[in-house]
Amino acid sequence: MLKGDSLWFRYGPQLPWTVQNISLAVAPGEVLGIMAPSGYGKTTIGKLLSGYLPAIKGAVSVNGRSLPQKGYCPVQLVFQNPELAVNPRWRIRQILQEGGKLNLAQLAAFGIHPNWLSRYPHELSGGELQRVAISRILNSATRYIIADEMTAMLDANTQALIWQIVLDFVKKQQIGLVAISHEQRLLERLCDRILNL
Amino acid sequence: MLSLSNLSVTFTQYDRGLRRKQLRVITDLNLDVQAGEVVAVVGASGSGKSLLAHALLGILPQNAVMSGTMTFQGEPLTPHRCRLLRGKAIVLIPQSVGYLDPLMTVGPQVQRVAQLTGRTKAAAKTAVKKTFTRYGLPAKTFDLYPFQLSGGMARRVLVSTAVVTPAQLVIADEPTPGLHPDVVSETLTHLRELADAGRGVILITHDIAAALKIADRVAVFYAGTTVEIAAGRDFFTGKLRHPYTQALWRSLPQNEFLPVPGNQPNLEQLPQGCLFKDRCPWVDDLCREERPALRELNDGWVRCFHAEG
Ligand code: SF4
Repeated sequence: MLKGDSLWFRYGPQLPWTVQNISLAVAPGEVLGIMAPSGYGKTTIGKLLSGYLPAIKGAVSVNGRSLPQKGYCPVQLVFQNPELAVNPRWRIRQILQEGGKLNLAQLAAFGIHPNWLSRYPHELSGGELQRVAISRILNSATRYIIADEMTAMLDANTQALIWQIVLDFVKKQQIGLVAISHEQRLLERLCDRILNL
Repeated sequence: MLSLSNLSVTFTQYDRGLRRKQLRVITDLNLDVQAGEVVAVVGASGSGKSLLAHALLGILPQNAVMSGTMTFQGEPLTPHRCRLLRGKAIVLIPQSVGYLDPLMTVGPQVQRVAQLTGRTKAAAKTAVKKTFTRYGLPAKTFDLYPFQLSGGMARRVLVSTAVVTPAQLVIADEPTPGLHPDVVSETLTHLRELADAGRGVILITHDIAAALKIADRVAVFYAGTTVEIAAGRDFFTGKLRHPYTQALWRSLPQNEFLPVPGNQPNLEQLPQGCLFKDRCPWVDDLCREERPALRELNDGWVRCFHAEG
């Protein structure tokens, strides 16, 4: 179980709270949606749950233990913009290998062309790079995925294609998924449960 | 107002070892835009939709070779004329405030755009203030820096950069991704108003559902070509002509959420025949050999041998 317990966060001691007393939990194999108005700190909640930011009050835990400080984090965050998530100086092959051995069948399913592997991130389009970023985290060390507007910049067909693969993986591997989005109808398609903050 | 026919754009790139690569990024693209209408250009990333904006603004890279014809208000649109018209008769609404100078407050930046089109400094300033008021931006917005704007305010400032010009053609490139639904509908309403005031608007987006809220017509791009030009209402009345457009529509979460598998073809080696043949349920030998031309069908256009009314 991934749990956020009474989480509080603000970006500076004088600033207003971005996240105020939020608690949530997601079980292995469960898909939880988060809907909230703008300015409600949805993106910050995603960063707290995945260890990108430390909660000022409250705690994040996986099976009762806090997130590891070093090594691969079992909770992986995917944002809207892949440019921020990959090392710009690495080739695509190296970026993918960060998530373990290359899984050729999965790359093919994502439409990741073998000749992309030797390219650098800036040589791919945003949509192509996003598939790389997602494919990288679909590996056995990932236990929870936080998808923050993960497909907001993709066309409808690519969006549906990517979610088909991700949902299939999540069910088979019993991964817990938190989907954060503005799009009610997308969340209704994806989620077992939707949290309206 | 604007008419493009059989536009093609090829990039030449050199690999290591100076092997020459030709990238056919736009193939036989057709599009026309009338005054007073919103034409949405929709497609996946890599479909050539942003490059179309670059071509119209005369900002394709040096290594691009263009063929086909573009005319604007009855006269050929050469790269030279594009540059002359850019910012005056043809303007771009940028994707994000990232396009603004981060070190300069937004009022003077928008004012500079207005001055470029020949207004005096004082007239430009008045025009900017009037436009900001019209969009409900508080007076202090003039003196804010780009980073101080909320997402909604930023969109209004960016739309203002087009409104303060007399441009007849406004191009909005991906104006809505990741925005809150209220901001999305507000931005779309502003674009619709620009068209209702007699301008032509090209809305470039990957978001077909958003586009359909305001578009008179929709041009669907695939692998750098126009596969269909449909009226907005054709989506709701089941009149879509091309299998790719039908697939896009089906794949929306509010419809079936069912994708067609596969990918756009590699632009380095475009296949013989129809560019959609690898993913098409109707493909036959003719499609494998010949590339279909854009043809008229039921008050719209389609690039497919087998599309029927
Ligand atoms: S021309 Fe043939 S392959 Fe191409 S879209 Fe039409 S039916 Fe499909």
